[in-house]
Amino acid sequence: MTPRSRLHVPSPPARPGQEPDFSYVQISPAGAVPRPDVTATAREIEDLSVEMVRVLGEDHRAVGPWNPHLEPAELQVGLRHMVLTRLFDDRMQRIQRQGRISFYIKSTGEEAVAVAAGMALQPGDMLFPSYRQQGLHVVRGRPLVDLMCQCLSNTRDMCKGRQMPIMYHWGKGNIFSISGNLATQFPQAVGWAMAAAIKGEDRLAASWIGEGSSAEADFHYAMTFAAVYHAPVILNLVNNQWAISTFQGFAGGERNTFAQRGPGYGIPGLRVDGNDFLAVYAVTQWAAQRARQSVGPTLIELVTYRASAHSTSDDPSRYRPKDEYRAWPLGDPITRLKQHLIALGEWSEQRHAQLEKELEAHVTASWKEAESYGTLTGGPALDPLTMFEDVFKDMPPNLVRQREELRRLRESQADAAHATPSAAKEG
Amino acid sequence: MARMNMVQALNSAMDVMLGRDPRVVILGEDVGFFGGVFRATDGLQRKHGEHRVLDTPIAEGGIIATAIGMGVNGLKPVAEIQFADYIYPGIDQVVSELARLRYRSAGEFPAPVTIRTPCGGGIRGGQTHSQSPEAIFTHVCGIKVVMPSNPYDAKGLLISAIEDEDPVVFFEPKRIYNGPFDGDPHKPAVPWSAHARGEVPDGHYTVPIGRAEVVREGTDVTVLTYGTMVHVCEAAVRLVGVDAEIIDVRTMAPLDVDTLCTSVCKTGRCVVVHEATRFGGYGAELVATVQEQCFWNLEAPIQRVAGWDTPYPHAFEWDYFPGQARIAAALRQVMEAS
Repeated sequence: MTPRSRLHVPSPPARPGQEPDFSYVQISPAGAVPRPDVTATAREIEDLSVEMVRVLGEDHRAVGPWNPHLEPAELQVGLRHMVLTRLFDDRMQRIQRQGRISFYIKSTGEEAVAVAAGMALQPGDMLFPSYRQQGLHVVRGRPLVDLMCQCLSNTRDMCKGRQMPIMYHWGKGNIFSISGNLATQFPQAVGWAMAAAIKGEDRLAASWIGEGSSAEADFHYAMTFAAVYHAPVILNLVNNQWAISTFQGFAGGERNTFAQRGPGYGIPGLRVDGNDFLAVYAVTQWAAQRARQSVGPTLIELVTYRASAHSTSDDPSRYRPKDEYRAWPLGDPITRLKQHLIALGEWSEQRHAQLEKELEAHVTASWKEAESYGTLTGGPALDPLTMFEDVFKDMPPNLVRQREELRRLRESQADAAHATPSAAKEG
Repeated sequence: MARMNMVQALNSAMDVMLGRDPRVVILGEDVGFFGGVFRATDGLQRKHGEHRVLDTPIAEGGIIATAIGMGVNGLKPVAEIQFADYIYPGIDQVVSELARLRYRSAGEFPAPVTIRTPCGGGIRGGQTHSQSPEAIFTHVCGIKVVMPSNPYDAKGLLISAIEDEDPVVFFEPKRIYNGPFDGDPHKPAVPWSAHARGEVPDGHYTVPIGRAEVVREGTDVTVLTYGTMVHVCEAAVRLVGVDAEIIDVRTMAPLDVDTLCTSVCKTGRCVVVHEATRFGGYGAELVATVQEQCFWNLEAPIQRVAGWDTPYPHAFEWDYFPGQARIAAALRQVMEAS
């Protein structure tokens, strides 16, 4: 037999009906990974891109050099934000299933990725999220009503009915507009950070993409420009194992970790337990300090698991085992922080149940208010003529003409609608 | 007033704006220390510093993406894409991001980026250094598309583009960087110093975006064109001896419909000329607009002269280029009809 070339086609360890198998996920014991000085070079700390920064141990205690030593009150705030994010997601999913919004994307199981990072940054830092970091809005105090109104495309929709649900933005809160195109925000964040440095500001940019979209050229642009100019930016790569049905092997995760790409560019790569609130907080804090001291960018791989479907349009039972999440070795971020607070004597099951009840009521009240500003089927509605605004700062003549054309069309339709009943009567 | 060629006029525009507005930054391949492969940014880094005139990695998608981020953070970036033929890696960032950021964020995150890029052929550039992809960009809602035909307009329009609150893709016809080119490659090159529009003020002035210009008044036929072809059309009109009104469109989007259609309604005849390929080209939009607005005034079918629907061939450049002979034939045809 003469040897011949063959393609290697990656395949996940388990398909529907098979036993979940996460033996491919390399996990370091909590507290085992050293915390280097922020001035360390990518080469000096290359191990951190293979190991996994973890703080919360099996006994729910915080251990090791990465422990950020947060006050219990701060941990309780973090827990509150994560629980609120999850309850909000659950409610919006149900609302979508009732046909009251067109689409939704949950962040279930990944709440620590956004909440812990958001809390470790300064309010002036600019955030460039992908579509699964709604926790950032929660951390920065965005009223849920605002997010719900966007999902409803109603009269209070920040996007004026121009974007699908969950594509939020918040100028005042320094959270960038979410694109439906993947990874584009990664190099934009680098440009924003470069501008901050050009202007001599002490602000940094942070961005998030999934491991799947890290295959896009935008990832390479972001890494290259960030490395070349030592841009004050934190580049977060959320490895939640699944990009719709594409498992992380197809993004190149089989032979190397995603964090290992960092050192290739001369950027430190930190691999972190993405479901460990304290670890995510600690690595973000480390990277932020690095950026503010003009040492340069950091790539952080957050190892987590997408517990829900990709979106409400997706059915994961067709491509992965139904109970795979239960076998996920890094557990659940909310449960782990809750157990940690209980171990500290700063929380209890009773208080947790009370918190959930309080936040459920908050979500319910928010939804009620949001619906009062209009729904897909009734109540106050946006004026369709606003679709011609904001294409440019000043409306050019062709858009003025087209807006006028639509206005006349709508008026004639309204006239016809009014005329029909009387015509029927006459007939 | 000074005598400038187009490259010097563009350089002057950027110099003036770097001096006037601390938010202006220039970025692109070879634009810094070296001053650009066409010298458009010559001396600007030395004068304004390496934080304002940035050399970048060779990554058009990265240049446009980081320019967007800078724009969102309050700067007014001017990104150079070395050849329009190289812009395609950045097209997702232009179409899906730059053009729509103001819209999708309901005005909260506009990115006032100017993208400068040399276009057009006639320089022995073959199929990767000769393209005129303006129609690709005019089809995108949310960006303005500009192409000057002379040094005076180049400087005034570039300053307008940089001052604009919206993104502008600014095409520079590189065949006329050094002088007006009438389409005859065998004649000695003519410098801008002999041309009225080679006279350029040293300081700040603007030429408005969205306004076409009548460069030759006439009564028999209207010629709609832009970029290098303005000069080729002037020569073709002289050749035929027809009293044509030649309009330099200058801004492809938003289009100055009134100036164009007023002229065609007056003359009753129209020839549309561009260097880019014909099928689906920008000329189709011009023809459609004229037909909608001027149909009852037309004496003859509108003619289109454009590049053949092939890639730009290196060895057959002058058979490809829509030169004086083809424009003259179209002019004769519209004059003979009816």
